[in-house]
Amino acid sequence: MDLGIIAYAVPFLVIGAKTTLLIAVFGVGIGLPFGVAVGLARCSRSRALRRLCDAYCAIFRGTPMLVQVFVIYYGLAQVSFIRQNPVLWWMIGDGLNAAILAVVLNTGAYTAEIFRTAFLSLPKGLIEAAEACGMHPWHVFSRVKFPLAVRQALPAYSSEAAIIVKESSLASTITVLEITGYAKRLMSETFAIMDIFIITAAFYLTINVVVLTGLKLLERRLSFAR
Amino acid sequence: MLGDLWVLMVEQSWALALLKGSVVTIAIGLIGMALGFLVATPLAIMRWRKVVVVSQLVDGYSILVRGVPGLLVIYLLFFGSIEWVKAITAAFGYQDSADNAYPYIVGVVAIAVISCAYSIEVIRGALQAVPYGLLEAAQSLALPKGVTFMRVTFPLALRLALGGINNVWQMTIKDTSLVSVVGLQELMRTAAIGAGITRSPLLFYCIAAALFFCMTAVSQTAFSSAERALDRGFRGR
Repeated sequence: MDLGIIAYAVPFLVIGAKTTLLIAVFGVGIGLPFGVAVGLARCSRSRALRRLCDAYCAIFRGTPMLVQVFVIYYGLAQVSFIRQNPVLWWMIGDGLNAAILAVVLNTGAYTAEIFRTAFLSLPKGLIEAAEACGMHPWHVFSRVKFPLAVRQALPAYSSEAAIIVKESSLASTITVLEITGYAKRLMSETFAIMDIFIITAAFYLTINVVVLTGLKLLERRLSFAR
Repeated sequence: MLGDLWVLMVEQSWALALLKGSVVTIAIGLIGMALGFLVATPLAIMRWRKVVVVSQLVDGYSILVRGVPGLLVIYLLFFGSIEWVKAITAAFGYQDSADNAYPYIVGVVAIAVISCAYSIEVIRGALQAVPYGLLEAAQSLALPKGVTFMRVTFPLALRLALGGINNVWQMTIKDTSLVSVVGLQELMRTAAIGAGITRSPLLFYCIAAALFFCMTAVSQTAFSSAERALDRGFRGR
């Protein structure tokens, strides 16, 4: 491999990596609580709420993320109400914001599915015991349901976190230059396609190893058998 | 509103174009998945048998492809192959037909490469999950190794792998949309062209989403009934 190409490509990819990480951090930071909330809503007693959240999950899990990105970025920009509303327009008018919104909505659906199964697997007796003690519903959630569910869900959530990093590459289709966007540009500039691919892959693998190791450590810290 | 839709979809025949795109999407997904599965099966068996060197190489390939975005793999295959495909076809004088078929071939190969990496993990996991007692039983009957594999291990593993295969298929059919970024005329690309010409991206991308949703929903139902059929005799244990 030519060292000159590495020296040329890496600075660009580092800039791209910042954008990728930005999208991924928002994806986890907003997508996780959002997904947990939707997952909880899918186990709720209100039928309308359950139906609504089921439909949301089915739609976002059943369609490719590229379509979701395009509907949000190109499709919603057509609606004049959204164009006139400054907050909504800020969310989808800019490529980066639209990409973050798409990632959050997409990962939210998958996270909801992970946490729904985790919530369903909780022993009923524990929750009944908490309710029998007169605990406030919020406390039942924060002190009983969530701590138990998160231990169930964490292994599946770590692969979802790795998927978020990979899915952020779709931002490059709506003009956001993150790692894949820069890689494409470098490939067509330098023609050293294999070299650029290997360097870019190294970036992604490094990010994913860091994310997965971090979550593995968290999993070990949270596990009961220490 | 409905009149506009009628003009757009029927009189300008965008509905037909979108349906054609869906057929291409399904075809690419099916061929790519089948190709990936065919290649993945021997690789997974070698990985399961822990054949030296080969299993490390298979592991490396699988980790690499599963660790990077599908879009990047597609860029690698498209940009990486343009030069020599042109050279080969020019040498044989098939320049024109190659220009037409080229995106389809590389698209299918890209989908196969991606789905193969995931299929390897699924098949290997299923092979490892076959109960050891059954293999010992086959051994004690003095069945030859080949027969044991074809009659005992593989059918049992296939049943265990079905859930994973379903996941890989769902992912593959969604990944076909990525091939559109390099100009392959499938559903997503047709929707993008329609969106550009008619200037109504919301409508076209929503229709594309609905069509993709139908595909995943139908295949989900098919896999569920297949799973139930293969579970006969295993229930309640």
